Amino acid sequence: MWRLLRTAPPTAIFGMLVIVIYAIVAIFADGLAPFGETEVVGFEYEPWGDDFLLGTDNLGRDMLSRIIYGARNTIGIALATTFIAFSVGVFFGMLAAILGRWVDQILSRLVDVMMAIPALLFSLLLLTVFGTSILTMVLVIAAIESTRVFRLARATAMNVVVMDFVEAAKLRGEGLMWLASREILPNIVPPLVAEFGLRFCFVFLAISALSFLGLGIQPPTADWGSMVRDNAGLITFGDITPLLPAGSIALLTVAVNFLVDWMLHRSSGLRT
Amino acid sequence: MPTLEKPELQTPAQDTPLLRIRNLTIEAQTGDQWIQIVHGIDLDLDRGEIVGLIGESGAGKSTVGLAAMGFARQGCRITQGTVEFDGTDLLALSEAARRAYRGKRIAYVAQSAAASFNPAHRLIDQYVEGPLRHGLQSRREAEFSAKALFARLRLPEPDVIGFRYPHQVSGGQLQRAITAMAMSCKPELIVFDEPTTALDVTTQIEVLTTIRDVVRDLGTAAIYITHDLAVVAQMADRIKVLLRGEHVEEAPTREMLANPQEDYTKSLWAVRSFQTDAKAAPPDHVVPTIRVEDISASYRPGQMVLEDISFCVPKGQTVAIVGESGSGKSTVARAITGLLPPLSGRVLLDGEPLPPRLKDRSKDQLRRIQMIYQMPDTALNPKQTIRDVVGRPIRFYRGLTGKALDDEVRALLSAIELEPDVYLDRRMPQLSGGQKQRVGIARALAAEPDFLICDEITSALDQLVAEGILRLLDRVQSDLGLACAFITHDLATVRAIADHVLVMQKGRIVEQGPKADVLTPPHHEYTELLLSSVPEMDPDWLDRTIAEREERGIGISDGSAAEAAAPDDPAAALQPSDS
Repeated sequence: MWRLLRTAPPTAIFGMLVIVIYAIVAIFADGLAPFGETEVVGFEYEPWGDDFLLGTDNLGRDMLSRIIYGARNTIGIALATTFIAFSVGVFFGMLAAILGRWVDQILSRLVDVMMAIPALLFSLLLLTVFGTSILTMVLVIAAIESTRVFRLARATAMNVVVMDFVEAAKLRGEGLMWLASREILPNIVPPLVAEFGLRFCFVFLAISALSFLGLGIQPPTADWGSMVRDNAGLITFGDITPLLPAGSIALLTVAVNFLVDWMLHRSSGLRT
Repeated sequence: MPTLEKPELQTPAQDTPLLRIRNLTIEAQTGDQWIQIVHGIDLDLDRGEIVGLIGESGAGKSTVGLAAMGFARQGCRITQGTVEFDGTDLLALSEAARRAYRGKRIAYVAQSAAASFNPAHRLIDQYVEGPLRHGLQSRREAEFSAKALFARLRLPEPDVIGFRYPHQVSGGQLQRAITAMAMSCKPELIVFDEPTTALDVTTQIEVLTTIRDVVRDLGTAAIYITHDLAVVAQMADRIKVLLRGEHVEEAPTREMLANPQEDYTKSLWAVRSFQTDAKAAPPDHVVPTIRVEDISASYRPGQMVLEDISFCVPKGQTVAIVGESGSGKSTVARAITGLLPPLSGRVLLDGEPLPPRLKDRSKDQLRRIQMIYQMPDTALNPKQTIRDVVGRPIRFYRGLTGKALDDEVRALLSAIELEPDVYLDRRMPQLSGGQKQRVGIARALAAEPDFLICDEITSALDQLVAEGILRLLDRVQSDLGLACAFITHDLATVRAIADHVLVMQKGRIVEQGPKADVLTPPHHEYTELLLSSVPEMDPDWLDRTIAEREERGIGISDGSAAEAAAPDDPAAALQPSDS
């Protein structure tokens, strides 16, 4: 493990460090935050100072505490959404690859249709129809992102399905679940793990975008996307506070991408 | 028809060899370490001389061959030594200067022409690239010489074949076309890297003859890399044997064949000795383990792949199914296993008809027919350990778990001559090709089958390793009394293990009978062609066979004799050998 880390390029190490720090902040938010998540502790829009390190927001809540809690909420929800998207996408992707024929045709064409609609518009539409709750948002984004995962899982599983060991398992009389979970899944994990990182970024951005538009995580829950919107007015006064949650989003996205780049490079087998 | 002049000999100093490799040392990267894979090889090559490089896989043959062009594959580097070509050390030159040599004065012919040609361009467009790029000829001149070379290599319709795309010509023709391409700049040295290994025997003989004639006529020097001793015996003036990147022995061909000095070389020479005595067929009233009755099958409506196939495999006997790629021999296996339900006819297991479709067969019926595959690399899941691979059928069919399962797996590993304590938890990438194939056999035996289908199980292996596999298979077969169908294109293997032989051509059985009957004259015409195309360890074999064929009027002028056997669809002929 250490030898592996020593070969990592500086960008990947930077990415890992940032991710670890974010994780610590999210896990220990209760201990790290000076104030409560929804606690009104001062006047509106107080400047940076000793009492409130990063000032207060439009309702007088401590900005730093909200950013720290926001890490937990936004990252947690994004992770959960990505997991759901992967479970669904990988399952159906492998199903399409193994069964082929009409199952593959139906699933693939359905996915084509879903991918043809712009993701943000589609999620706005679905959220308007089903109402804005965290659960609906998670499910909607997971459903949209799972189509991308389906494509990748199907394509990589196709390459494995034609292998003789899969034929051997079929000849043995193995069932669908064994074929999928024991013969195929272990062989397509590396590209899926890399994809997981990328998808996580997209999910994260989608949640933030929806929150910014007011359809995502609802107040008073702290969330980086809605925090940008709530405090956006400050920008006109030359205060950079609203950029902090936006910066947190950007930094995490960049860090994950750095790490994923390295992992993809390793799994591709290139030497240079 | 224009004649091709011999390449001009540019240096007056005729006493220096054309190629002079000294102390060549090459390292390869594994993970982040560099490991030496070629340990100080010397090689001399005179103008017009052909030297054969032989050895098993991993011997460093191809690496040395490429180094003769001053080239190292990605992940390899030349760390020491000199490669003097016509007095110039290629390794001391810049990459740009080396490039001026490649293609123009030194050319390379790769193993798989099908993979080396760009499928999007016509053959002639790829041919003229070299002469144009090196500024030797105008496009018109290059096309003109291409046609002349195509004719020399006995390609059919040399004036128009160049305007076809690679998928429109057969594998053997493609291999000749790539040889023509290598000769387009009249190089002084050509490196042939296993040029006929991917071809059927009947096609191989055509390609060998034309390559040898052209190389001799034009006085080109060549390095001929192969693992097939019989082939190198036809082609080379001198043979150099390599083992794990080290020089073993070098001598003129005849001397080497007649009197090898080193033990390793002797063992290479001796591998074709294994042979079992054919068992007599049992009396008619005994029910055979497998009886195939009038099977016909097709992948697409209207295109029959199998027609009226009937044979039986009695208990304890081996039936060899022989034929070229595209003859439908692997499809027979697919029909028996139920992967491709036949259109008509039926398969009987111990007298009981089997449901044609895999899905309709019972677990017990599935258990009794087991298969061993050609490529152990793809036939075993790389993410599983030997314990998983061999244990699964035992658990699946026989329900053993825990200690009983563990004991059974260990017993099987011992039976295939792999030490259980060492190998039990190894994964597939940690095994050699021969070891993987042994695991493949163990997986089949784990089901306690009655009938084994072996699909080209030795063709991806080195001869010594293949020999070990055949011996192992023969032993377990006689211990367990298994019925066995052995699909192969290699007649040496047939001689070694078969009791009964079935010759297939274009989806039909052209001849079948006990081994002694099929392999001794008089033969069916096609069997004769197959048999006489297998190279022998005699340097005169090729000349003799060609002379015999010309006498009998089986011309090899345009390869029609051999390629008549290829399927009508030329694209199908390019598919890897029948797997």
